[in-house]
Amino acid sequence: MAGSPSGPRTLFDKLWDSHAIVTREDGQTLLWVDRHFVHEGSFHAFNKLKERGAKVAHPELTFGIADHYVPTRRSGRSIDPAIQNMIDQLEHNTSENDVMLFGLNDPRQGIVHVVGPEQGLTLPGLLIVCGDSHTSTHGAFGAWGFGIGASEVAHVLMTQTLWQRKPKRMRITVDGTLAPGIGAKDIALSIVARIGADGAQGHAVEYAGSAICALSMEGRLTLCNLSIEAGARCGMVAPDEKTIAYLRDRPFAPAGDDFERAAENWLRLPTDREAEFDLEIVLDGSEIAPLVTWGVSPEDALPITTAVPDPASIPDMGKAAQIRDALTYMDLKPGQKLTDVRIDRVFIGSCTNSRIEDLRAAAEVLSGRKAKVPGLVSPGSSLVKQQAEAEGLDLIFKEAGLEWVESGCSMCVGMNGDVVQPGERCASTTNRNFKGRQGPGARTHIMSPAMVAAAAVTGQLTDVRHLIEERT
Amino acid sequence: MQPFYRLTATACPLPYANIDTDQLIPARFMKRSRAEGYGGFLLHDMRFSDDGTEIADFPLNRISCRGSQIIVARRNFGAGSSREAAVYALVDYGIRCVIAPSFGDIFASNSVNNGLLPARVDETDAEELMRSVEESGAEVAVDLEKQTISAGGNTVPFAIDPVWRLKLLNGWDDIDLTLNQADAIARFTAKDSIQRPWAVPRVP
Repeated sequence: MAGSPSGPRTLFDKLWDSHAIVTREDGQTLLWVDRHFVHEGSFHAFNKLKERGAKVAHPELTFGIADHYVPTRRSGRSIDPAIQNMIDQLEHNTSENDVMLFGLNDPRQGIVHVVGPEQGLTLPGLLIVCGDSHTSTHGAFGAWGFGIGASEVAHVLMTQTLWQRKPKRMRITVDGTLAPGIGAKDIALSIVARIGADGAQGHAVEYAGSAICALSMEGRLTLCNLSIEAGARCGMVAPDEKTIAYLRDRPFAPAGDDFERAAENWLRLPTDREAEFDLEIVLDGSEIAPLVTWGVSPEDALPITTAVPDPASIPDMGKAAQIRDALTYMDLKPGQKLTDVRIDRVFIGSCTNSRIEDLRAAAEVLSGRKAKVPGLVSPGSSLVKQQAEAEGLDLIFKEAGLEWVESGCSMCVGMNGDVVQPGERCASTTNRNFKGRQGPGARTHIMSPAMVAAAAVTGQLTDVRHLIEERT
Repeated sequence: MQPFYRLTATACPLPYANIDTDQLIPARFMKRSRAEGYGGFLLHDMRFSDDGTEIADFPLNRISCRGSQIIVARRNFGAGSSREAAVYALVDYGIRCVIAPSFGDIFASNSVNNGLLPARVDETDAEELMRSVEESGAEVAVDLEKQTISAGGNTVPFAIDPVWRLKLLNGWDDIDLTLNQADAIARFTAKDSIQRPWAVPRVP
């Protein structure tokens, strides 16, 4: 049988096998959880624990991070009491259970999916969960990361395990060389546009091919982060020398000989040559253009060189109605060129695109230029912020007219009060263009950091390749 | 957890695809305690206009849909954020079953953990059910044991993971099942600490 412990196995099969505690006759398997991240939103789960009079079973494998509600402007401002309460609850719940917390004032604080890898808490071969759908991000290291709900968070807190049914296996292969100005975000949006926002539902995705191998760890994190936007249970890239090099000397990663022995283990995780997948998707990397979203689902993504779709030309009435509804919300006209869409503000940040490489890509476009619209730049962690400042990137953003703030989930989800105003149009490096995601009535266009920077410079959706050409 | 066996109730058609969990409950309401009840936040920005008044032609606000315990929607219901609050909003509003061609995986799992049935049907059956409910406002009968949905004289099958079906039928809570596995867990961790010593974080 394909995928059995004795036959050729995929990366996902190997992770599944190494975490299975017991499999029931009906196929439900109890899995061991190696890392559990909790945040301010995890309070429902801690309340369930209290109801049962229980404590966290494995505090040494549980880590708290304040990110969803943290203010990004911290000095000299008073915090909304309801938001402060969310941060206080997390501090209380973690300290009461002896769980380590990267709190608001910790120099390592940041977005959970940035901090985990940065601190070496994320390692190849681990099963990682968090009450956040973008936990798929950690798959960039050949870990199995997935988002769970509050009931499951409570279950993991109490037992360090989780019941799951084995998902199907999907491989998405992207070969070829990406053109200049094209990055992981464009690959990911191309995939979601191609297979749909539910195209990978019920599947564990492995990304493979030369264009994927060529991505930096930051790029792989962006790619795996967006797996959930195609509905996938998780997204993974096989560990390689780049993975090992990134993890060496990270604070929580093994050290010395332990690291070398671990690395040997990790390099045995990639999919065996003969292993089979339930579904294979292939994309040509050289054909990928910079993408932007025009609608209210990440599947509504198109190359910047094209136009807003016309529902009148769609034979499927349901689909046409859906497009019409999206265009009304987004205030766009059928057939309108995407490069004619004017924007009101920009946001650079979120667990998708706030790492040092993302900030460098945006700064490269903005350097020596002015933004025509206001905008916020929120680095993914306090350490990313420090690094960016050491490189002088903060000055580039500030000189362009953008606001350089502290780290957190910020305007991606608007929980901390960083919101796009009703009716405003935002070019954003985030992951979801859902109605009201960035604030009630907000209109979101998702794109790469370089594309957001280009939009800032011109005040409208723009093909960043033209701005790159101007420099050469 | 309240078991789910059979339900005959008013159904509300929501003829939209990709109703994500940000729609089901906008993030700004999630600071509240569950004890306050989340039903008022369900689909808040689709149900209410900016001044807080109900949008009359939004399906859930129609007189024919008052007291609905069933929702029929298009594909990819509950996509996006893992917020279980989306399920709390549905349950607290009084919804006990959502019928759609596909569901976000995390949402579906959260639903089952709260006694809410995510019933998967063919696209054509979903469209037919929506049309039937829209025209006659008829009640819909959902039978979890037989895995059937009946409305307007027609009966169609629905799909659900067999384990989830049993869990809903019995109102089981996973934690109790897991605590019975303590010995198996102890055997696993003993073996695992030898096979994967690197899996435990180093304390810096």
